[in-house]
Amino acid sequence: MATLLLEWEGFEMKLDPITLSVIQSGLQQVCDEMDLSFSRAAFSPVIAEANDRSDGIYAANDGSLIAQGAQGLPVFVGTMQYSTRTLIQMINEGRAPAPKPDDIYIVNDPYLGGTHLMDVRFARPFYRNGEIFCWLSNTGHWPDTGGSVPGGFSASATAVEQEGLRLPPVRLFKEGEMDEEIFSIISSNIRVADQRIGDVKAQAAALMVGEDRLNLLMDRYGDETVIAAIAELRLRASTQMRAFISEIPDGTYPSTAYVDSDGVVNKPLKINLAITKVGDELTFDFDGSSPPCMGPMNSVLATTLSSVYLAMRHIFPEVPISAGAFEPLNVIRPEGTFLDAVYPRPVSGCAAEVSQRIAEAVFAALAKALPDRVTAAPAGTSGNFALGGYDPARARDYVMYQISGGGYGGNADHDGLANGCSTIGISKAPPVEIMEQAFPVLYRKYALREGSGGAGEKRGGFGLEYEVELRRGEARASFVMDHGRFGPQGALGGAEGAPNQVTVWQDGEPYIPQHLSKEQDIPLGPGDRVHVCTPGGGGYGDPLARDPEAVLEDVQLERYTIVQAQEMFGVVISGSPMAVDASETARLRVKGVTQCTAS
Amino acid sequence: MKDAPSGQVVGVDVGGTFTDLVVLDQVDGTVRLAKVPSTMENQAFGVLAALDEAKADYSNLDLIIHGTTTTTNAVLERKFSKTGLITTQGFRDVLELGRRTRPQAYGMTGTFTPVIPRDLRLEVLERMDAAGDVVTPLDEAGVRTAAKDLLAMGCESVVIHFLHAYANPDHEKRAAEIVSSVWPNDHVTVGHALLSESREFERGVTAAVNASVQPLLGRYLRRLTDELSGQGYGGEVLVMNGNGGMVSAKDVAREAAKTVMSGPASGVMAAAYTGRQAGITNLLTYDMGGTSTDVALILGAEPAVSNEIEVEYAMPIHVPMVDVRTVGAGGGSIARVNAGGLLEVGPASAGAHPGPICYGRGGNLPTISDANLLLGRLNPAGFKSLDASSATDHVADIFASELAAPLGLDVTAAAAAVIRIANTKMAGAIRMVSLSLGMDPRDFALFAFGGAGPLHAVSLAREMGVPRVVIPCRPGITNALGCVVADLRHDFVNTVNRSLESVDMDQIHGIFVAQNGEGERLIAKEPVEVMDVKHLYSVDMQFVGQTHLLRVNLPDSNPSRESLRHLFEEAYFNRFRVQLANIHANLVNVNTSVIGQRAEMNLSTLIDPEGRKDTVADAETGRRTVVFNDGPHETPVYWRDYLPINMEIDGPAIIEQMDCTTLVEPGDKARGDADGNIIIGVGGL
Repeated sequence: MATLLLEWEGFEMKLDPITLSVIQSGLQQVCDEMDLSFSRAAFSPVIAEANDRSDGIYAANDGSLIAQGAQGLPVFVGTMQYSTRTLIQMINEGRAPAPKPDDIYIVNDPYLGGTHLMDVRFARPFYRNGEIFCWLSNTGHWPDTGGSVPGGFSASATAVEQEGLRLPPVRLFKEGEMDEEIFSIISSNIRVADQRIGDVKAQAAALMVGEDRLNLLMDRYGDETVIAAIAELRLRASTQMRAFISEIPDGTYPSTAYVDSDGVVNKPLKINLAITKVGDELTFDFDGSSPPCMGPMNSVLATTLSSVYLAMRHIFPEVPISAGAFEPLNVIRPEGTFLDAVYPRPVSGCAAEVSQRIAEAVFAALAKALPDRVTAAPAGTSGNFALGGYDPARARDYVMYQISGGGYGGNADHDGLANGCSTIGISKAPPVEIMEQAFPVLYRKYALREGSGGAGEKRGGFGLEYEVELRRGEARASFVMDHGRFGPQGALGGAEGAPNQVTVWQDGEPYIPQHLSKEQDIPLGPGDRVHVCTPGGGGYGDPLARDPEAVLEDVQLERYTIVQAQEMFGVVISGSPMAVDASETARLRVKGVTQCTAS
Repeated sequence: MKDAPSGQVVGVDVGGTFTDLVVLDQVDGTVRLAKVPSTMENQAFGVLAALDEAKADYSNLDLIIHGTTTTTNAVLERKFSKTGLITTQGFRDVLELGRRTRPQAYGMTGTFTPVIPRDLRLEVLERMDAAGDVVTPLDEAGVRTAAKDLLAMGCESVVIHFLHAYANPDHEKRAAEIVSSVWPNDHVTVGHALLSESREFERGVTAAVNASVQPLLGRYLRRLTDELSGQGYGGEVLVMNGNGGMVSAKDVAREAAKTVMSGPASGVMAAAYTGRQAGITNLLTYDMGGTSTDVALILGAEPAVSNEIEVEYAMPIHVPMVDVRTVGAGGGSIARVNAGGLLEVGPASAGAHPGPICYGRGGNLPTISDANLLLGRLNPAGFKSLDASSATDHVADIFASELAAPLGLDVTAAAAAVIRIANTKMAGAIRMVSLSLGMDPRDFALFAFGGAGPLHAVSLAREMGVPRVVIPCRPGITNALGCVVADLRHDFVNTVNRSLESVDMDQIHGIFVAQNGEGERLIAKEPVEVMDVKHLYSVDMQFVGQTHLLRVNLPDSNPSRESLRHLFEEAYFNRFRVQLANIHANLVNVNTSVIGQRAEMNLSTLIDPEGRKDTVADAETGRRTVVFNDGPHETPVYWRDYLPINMEIDGPAIIEQMDCTTLVEPGDKARGDADGNIIIGVGGL
C-alpha cells in the first residue's frame, strides 16, 4: 500500500506570528491578482465568465502547493501541485527541457497530474538570485483542444486520442518569446483557433503579474523571512486541519456512490470508500471501487486526490488552501480502479462528473461523524447538454452548451439551496435570453423542478426543469450528466433527491437515452424538443421530524403537492385556506414513513 | 433653471446609526452641522430633530437634499411591500433560480430568499423571441385576471417582466395598460422601462426590487414632505440617487431601485467635489465606519459608475450607480486566534450591537476599535458612556485572555498585531477593487472618511504605495455634505452590440445626440440652479469573442471608427499589457452622462474660521503615548478645529475632532490646504 504524502524539508527559522499572517495575506494577494488578470483578459467565456481557471504558487523542489487564488475553480485545488510536481520530476530526469528565466511550459496531458485535455496548464519558473525559488502555474479550461467532438466532452470516446490534442510539457515561451512553431501546431489542431491566441496571452500575462507581485513581496520582507513563513504556514495549515480532524471520533466510516455509466457500457460504476480516522489523520481507501472503464468516466489520480481535498475544503472552508492542509489526508492510491486511470483510458468526464461523485462519497462517509458540518448529497452533476448543428438563417455551424445546476443537500441548519452550482465549480449558468440570441432555440420552460427536493427534517433543495425547442435546421444533442439512475443520497435518515431525467421529443415521440444521463449525437429537427429535469438535493434527518408548518409552506408555494406532503413527510394538509391537520398528521407519523407511502 | 437662490441649502443623510445634516448659507457662506440618532421606524423624525439641532429657520430654507437608507434597509432586511409578478409562461421561477450559484466558493450551504415569493408570481401566455418577433401573442384577458388575482392576494405593487422585452417592449407596454386599468395605485413597474438590457434574472430582480420598495419610499417621502411643510417649509425636496445625482422627491419613487445606494453614493460625490476643489482629481475613497468599510474609485473627479452592482448574494440591481464596494466590516471586525494558532481579523463582526467592547453595550470580543483604544490611537475619554480607565482595563483583560495568551505576546503587541493584520487585509481588498477597475492604486490619493477611516488611512496608503492621503474637514458627515454639493445627473446606456467594422457611425453619433437631448431636458425640468452642463461620453468595447467589457472614455460625441479602434486598443494595452492586432473589436454600449453642475461652495467654512488658532502649538490639547508600528511614541494631540488652516505637522501626531480621529505616523507630514483639508504625505512626501 503506497500512501501518498508530499515530502517537505522543514525550515528551522522561527517567525513572529504577525509577520506570518501578513505574509500569508501577501501570498494570497499574489494569487488573487493572477486570477483576476487571467479572467479579465481571457477570451474563452469558460474562463472569463465561469472562472474555470486557477492560479497558484508551488514549491521549487516538489511542486507542493504554497498558495492558490481564492476564486479558482474548486476542482483545481489539488491538481495543480501534482501537475507542477510532475513537470519538475520530468525536468530532473531529462524528460522535459530544462528551464531558463522567462520560459513558460504548456502541458495538458491528463496523466501528468491533470484533469482532462481541455484544462491547459502553464508553468513558469520564478527566479531569485539566479535560482528557481518556486513555480507560478495556472490552469485554464480551453473551449476546445481538438478531438472527435467540439468542446471535448465525447460521451463515447474509448481512448484519449479521440478526446483531443495531448501536449507533453513543452516551452511555449522561450525566454519571454512565444514559440510560433509550437503555437502553429496547436492552432492547427483545435477549433475556433483564431481566438486562442488571446487566451494564451492572457494566461501567460497572469503569470507575469504573479512574478511582479511576488518579487515585490520578497523585496519587502526579505527572502529568508518569506522562506521561513512559507514553511511555517504549511505547518499551521496542517495543525489547523489536524485540530478539526481530532474532533471526529476514531473509527472507520464507509460509503458508496455510483456513476450512472461510463457512456459506452451501460452499467453503473461504483465508488467504494472507507475513511478511517486515527488520531489527527484521515485515511481514504477506495478499495472495492469499479475497475477502469471503457468510456470517458475514468479519473486520473490527480483528479481523484483533488476531489478528496475539495470535499474536505467544503467541509472545513476555514483552513487555507495549502499543501499543509492536505498533509493529514492520506489517500491510498486506488490502483486498478477507474479512479486511477492510465494511458490510454479516456478521461473527459473526470473533472466534471466523477470528481463530484467522489466528493459525494466523502460527504456520505463523514455525515455521521460531522453532522453539524456535512450536508446531504448535492445534485453533483455539471449537467452538460451540448447542441451542435447548422443554422440556415445565419448560414453557419454552431455548438451550444447548456450547463445547469441542481438542488443542494439539506444540512443541520437549513434546507438545501435550489439550483446550486456543481460541487466542483463556481460558474454561473448562461441566461435564457443570451442563449436564444446566439442559437436557433426557444426555451419553453425554465422552472423550479417541483417535488424534487429529497425529504428530510431539512429537505433537499430543488432541481431545475427546462425544455428547449430547436427552431430551424438540423442538430445533434449530446448529454454528459449523472445521477440519472440514483438520486443524490440523503443523510441521517433523509431521503434521496429526485434523479436526473432527460427526455428528447423527436417528431412528437419521447426518447429516453439508454444510459439515462449520457448519450451522444441524438438527431433533432425543427420543432423537436429536449426536456431536462436536474436532480434535487438529498434530505437531511428524518422526514417525519420536519416541522409540519414548513411542509405546509412548501405546499402553499406549490413546491410539493398535498399528496407528496403526506407520502414524503407524513403531513396531512386540507381545507381552504390550506392548513395542517394536526391529529391526522400525528396519526400518520406514528405509523412511520413506509406506511404513509402505502396509505 | 431659476434664479439664484437667496436662502440656505440643507444636505441630510439618514444612515443606519446617525442622521447627519449640513446647512449651508449661500449668502454669507456660514455652515451649521448636526448629528442626531436615526429614527428607523420613521426617518422623518430624525430629519426634523437634526434640523432643530442645527437651529434651521424653515422659512429661510431654499432646498433640502436628502440621502436615504429607506430602500437600502428594505433590501438588506427583506422588508418589502407585498409585490406580485406577471411574467412569461414557463418562467415564473427565474427570480428564484438565479444563475446557479452558491454564496461562497467553499461550503455547500447557504440560503436564498427570492424578492417575490412563488405564490405571487403568475404566468401569462405571451412570447417574444430574441429578435423581438412575436412567437405567441399576448393573452390580454390572462393579464387582467392575473392582476385581479394579485390584488385579491393583497399585493400593493406589481411587476410586469416578459422575456426579451428589451428587444421588443410591445407586450410589456400593453400589459402595463391593462394592469394599470385595474390597479388602484401607480405602483406598476415595467421591466424594460427601468433596464432595457438582456439577461432575464438581472433585469427581473432589478424590476422586482423597484416594485417592492416603491410604496415604502413613496410613503416615507410623503410623510417627510408633509412634516416639513407643517413646519413652514415651502421649498423643494430632492433625493440622492445611487448614481450621485439628485431627483425630485415627487418623481423618485417611480424608479426607487435607483436609490438603493443613495447614502454611499453621496459620500463619494462629496469626495469627488472636495478633490476637484483641492486639485486632486484621482482618488480612492475609503469610508470606514463601525459596521462597514466601503471603497470607490474617482478618476478625473468623476466617480466610477457601474450598471452591474450586486448589493448582496444573488441580488443584482442593474441601474447606473456609483460603484461602491464593501471590503470589510469596519471597526467592529472581530479578532480571533484560529485552530492553527494564527491571528485572524474578520470577517465576523460585532456590528453596531453589541459592538466593540469599548462601546460598553455588552460586547465581549476583541475588535479593531478596541485595539485602537489599547494602542492610544483612540482617546478613552471619547467613549462617553464609560468610565475611561476601567473601560481600557476591561478591554485589556479580554485581549490578554483571547489573543495575547494564545499568541505568546503582551497585550499591546496583540493589539498592534490586530491593527497590522486588519490594515494588510483592507489594503489588499482596496487594491483588488482598484485593479478590477483597471487602475493602479499608486496613481491615486486615498480620500479617508467615516468615523474610522482617518485612523487607518496612512497605514493603508503606505501598504499600497499610495503617496498621499486626504482627510476632509468633516470626515464623519461626508455623506450629508455630498448631498449639498451633488450635481444633477442623468446616465444613459444604449446597447448596440455590433462589430466595430459593421457599425453605422451615423447611428452612433445619433445615439449620443439623443442621449444628450434627453439629459438636458430632464435637467432643465428640475428647480435647481445649474451653473454649467457637462457631458461625459464613453463606449463599452471588447474583442470579438470576449465577454468582459472595457470602458473607453471619449473626448467628444463625434468619434470616428478609427479613433474608437485606437482608443480601445490603447486602453486594452494599458490594462492587460496585451496587443491583439488581428482580432476585431465589438462596440457594445454607447453611454452618455449629462451633469448639471451647481454653484461652487467654499468648503473651508466647514470648520469655523473664527475658532482656528494662530499656531499649531496653540492647537495642542495634550500628549499621550501612542503605539505605532515601530513602537510607542509620546505623541502630541491636536484639536482639529483649532489648527491654523495652513498648518504643517510632522508625525507622529493625533488630530481629534468631534466625530473622528486622524493618525499621522512617524515620518509622515501633514499640512492643511486652503479648503481646510488635511493632506498627509506618506513617508514625508
